[in-house]
Amino acid sequence: MSEPERDEHSGVETTGHVWDGIRELDNPLPRWWLWIFYGCIVVAIVYWVLMPAWPGLNGYTPGILKQSDRAAVAQDLQALQAQRGRGEAMLATASLQQIEADPALQAHALSVGQSVFGDNCATCHGAGGGGNRGYPNLRDDVWLWGGALEEIEHTLRVGVRSAHPETRTSQMPAFGRENMLTAAQVSDLTEYVVRLSGRPANAAAVGRAQQLYADNCAACHTPTGVGDRAVGAPNLTDREWLYGSDRESIRGQIHNGRNGVMPTWEGRFSPGVIKALAVYIHVNAGGGEASGAVTVAP
Amino acid sequence: MTIIIDRSRDRSKATGPVSIAEKQREKDRPQGLYKARVPIYPKLVHGQWRWIKWALLIVMLAIYYITPWIRWDRPGALPDQAVLVDFDGGRFYFFMIQLWPQEVYFITGLLVLSALALFLVTSLFGRLWCGYACPQTVWTDLYIYVERMFEGDRNARMRLDAAPTSFNKLWRKAGKHAVWIGVAFGTGGAWIFYFHDAPQLIRTFWVGTAPMTAYVSCAILTFTTYVFAGHMREQVCTYMCPWPRIQGAMLDDQSFQVTYRYDRGEPRGPHKKTESWEGRGDCIDCNQCVVVCPMGIDIRDGAQLECINCGLCIDACNEVMEKVGRPRGLIAYDTDSAVAARSCGQKPQHRMIRPRTLYYGVALLIVSGLMIWGFSTRKTLDVHALRDRNPASVRLHDGAVRNGYTLKIANHGFEAATVEVRYDGVPGATLRSPGRPASDPLTLRVDPNRVTSVRVFVTAPASDVAEGSRPASFDVRSGDERQTVRTAFEYGELR
Repeated sequence: MSEPERDEHSGVETTGHVWDGIRELDNPLPRWWLWIFYGCIVVAIVYWVLMPAWPGLNGYTPGILKQSDRAAVAQDLQALQAQRGRGEAMLATASLQQIEADPALQAHALSVGQSVFGDNCATCHGAGGGGNRGYPNLRDDVWLWGGALEEIEHTLRVGVRSAHPETRTSQMPAFGRENMLTAAQVSDLTEYVVRLSGRPANAAAVGRAQQLYADNCAACHTPTGVGDRAVGAPNLTDREWLYGSDRESIRGQIHNGRNGVMPTWEGRFSPGVIKALAVYIHVNAGGGEASGAVTVAP
Repeated sequence: MTIIIDRSRDRSKATGPVSIAEKQREKDRPQGLYKARVPIYPKLVHGQWRWIKWALLIVMLAIYYITPWIRWDRPGALPDQAVLVDFDGGRFYFFMIQLWPQEVYFITGLLVLSALALFLVTSLFGRLWCGYACPQTVWTDLYIYVERMFEGDRNARMRLDAAPTSFNKLWRKAGKHAVWIGVAFGTGGAWIFYFHDAPQLIRTFWVGTAPMTAYVSCAILTFTTYVFAGHMREQVCTYMCPWPRIQGAMLDDQSFQVTYRYDRGEPRGPHKKTESWEGRGDCIDCNQCVVVCPMGIDIRDGAQLECINCGLCIDACNEVMEKVGRPRGLIAYDTDSAVAARSCGQKPQHRMIRPRTLYYGVALLIVSGLMIWGFSTRKTLDVHALRDRNPASVRLHDGAVRNGYTLKIANHGFEAATVEVRYDGVPGATLRSPGRPASDPLTLRVDPNRVTSVRVFVTAPASDVAEGSRPASFDVRSGDERQTVRTAFEYGELR
């Protein structure tokens, strides 16, 4: 082997390769780089020993530390439950009224309720609970099944037309689609309902619909049209309706008889969380029923 | 491809005799971009400025170590520590003052005040902060004191460093570093007491149940103290600290700085006892001002960036002047203009009031005034009204319109407050808060030292008011305090 070639200026050996007249110097690797490289090798060996690393026929070598992400997650979850335990216990033992009346408990319930509502309810009812067509507004004082604390909690637990055995169920028939009434009759009833809600309507149609209403609607919506929360029948004398209050919407609802569904949350949330959610909805609905209000002098 | 082989072994073995050209190339190679540190062995000096430095050192350290242990009785479960940065509770306590995170501008104001005071003092008297009060100076002084205890004064230290390794050298070095680390740990340890109840923390710290942040902070401060005061010293001031540059900009020819009075000292040179002082300066070139300097500079080169204005060279020079029978003050706190005046045979004039000192003084007064005004008009209650936006308004079954608000009432006081809330701006509106008894005005209890969040609903009766919003306000009263919080009332779509 011949003497290696040296670069004249720096005195460093060259690799002997020449590209386009450029010779590559054979500088040693920087010392710091080498030490980091050796260090990495050492760390890798230590890692093999300490952590699960080698695949085998029956799984992996466990490593001296017996590290397991699954166990760590389970442990974290347990710690989280323990951490939440105190608040959960407070919510579980207090009554709904107590939770709402105690400022500290109310604040806790509102914070729990807010996150649970955002994850589970906002999809249908909107992030602020303002509702949508077909999905009730939880902010006003119009409640199909009642807006008192207990009633809200009950609805949350059993749901509406859900899988729960005690689920709330109401039945609005599809009068037009099922050919129970003619199109003309549906039109007359529409005028009647418009009149019920205090708006001007075709007097002749209202007169024709009088008997139709008594025969088909009064059983649930009551003869005066104020509705019945026991069966989830809406009040027809206000104008806050699930499927809209304009004539077309009313006609459509009498024709099609749409019925919404709300899942049961019992079993998915602990009783404490359901209580917190009920308080959250009740408080954000201004206390549900507008009673005991005080008039402020102008 | 480069093969991973360490070739940094001695190259001359492989190449045989070194040619002259090779030698020349070695010489031409860059020698490194950084100058090596010249070790500094400051000599112990006695005198008035050294004495002031010792006194200040003790005062500064005493303030630092004692402050967290001062108790201050506060009601209820509030911490009884006079000075406490309570991160967990989000409060800063300073004796009778309690600051919330949103009042951080008071701390900003304090920093501005400190900066202005520093500017003013610097323009008047030079870098006094650097020489006497800066933690880097105080702890370095302390470290040099420890070093001297173990290794002796300048000459002994230089001899020891030059001497070969021996048991004597080893134990002195080890002892010094041990005490240094002890002092550093004491420094880091005292720091964490400002952030947690000190008597409690000192117990939990030793049994290992203190928060991890306490151990980490302590470790970081121990490390930085040991490295900065023990190993880096004047390099921190010269290379790391921005103040020398900034403070240099405050100085002018009327600032009192440590000054070598060249008008009196030059021409310098050795002097024999029998010789006359005629025709020469007072400086005998004994180099005492240089050997005592902790920054390793020669003050006779004039004002320079590294000088921290500590006055140790003044003490050293005065001692020498007394020995040789010349008047003291060859090096002294003096101004450039005074020295220049004397060298022209004029009488020096000191002007303390100059445009820049006036600016700093006036700015100082303005900021202090703002701070005092801010503190004196500080309200106990801080009220914010957040209007619901989703939905902004709700129509009720009878056509009435309801708006929801979240009132956030911060009670900065130490006692529970009873707050009366009224609503203005919407005729006939009713006000209520779910879960609270109805009353007019709405009466709320607000816990001390807390932010209480209250849901409040305002219902306006059915009316023909068009869609849109109208201005409204909450009128909040507690005792003599009264605040008006402006907001709006939204009318949603009509049906």
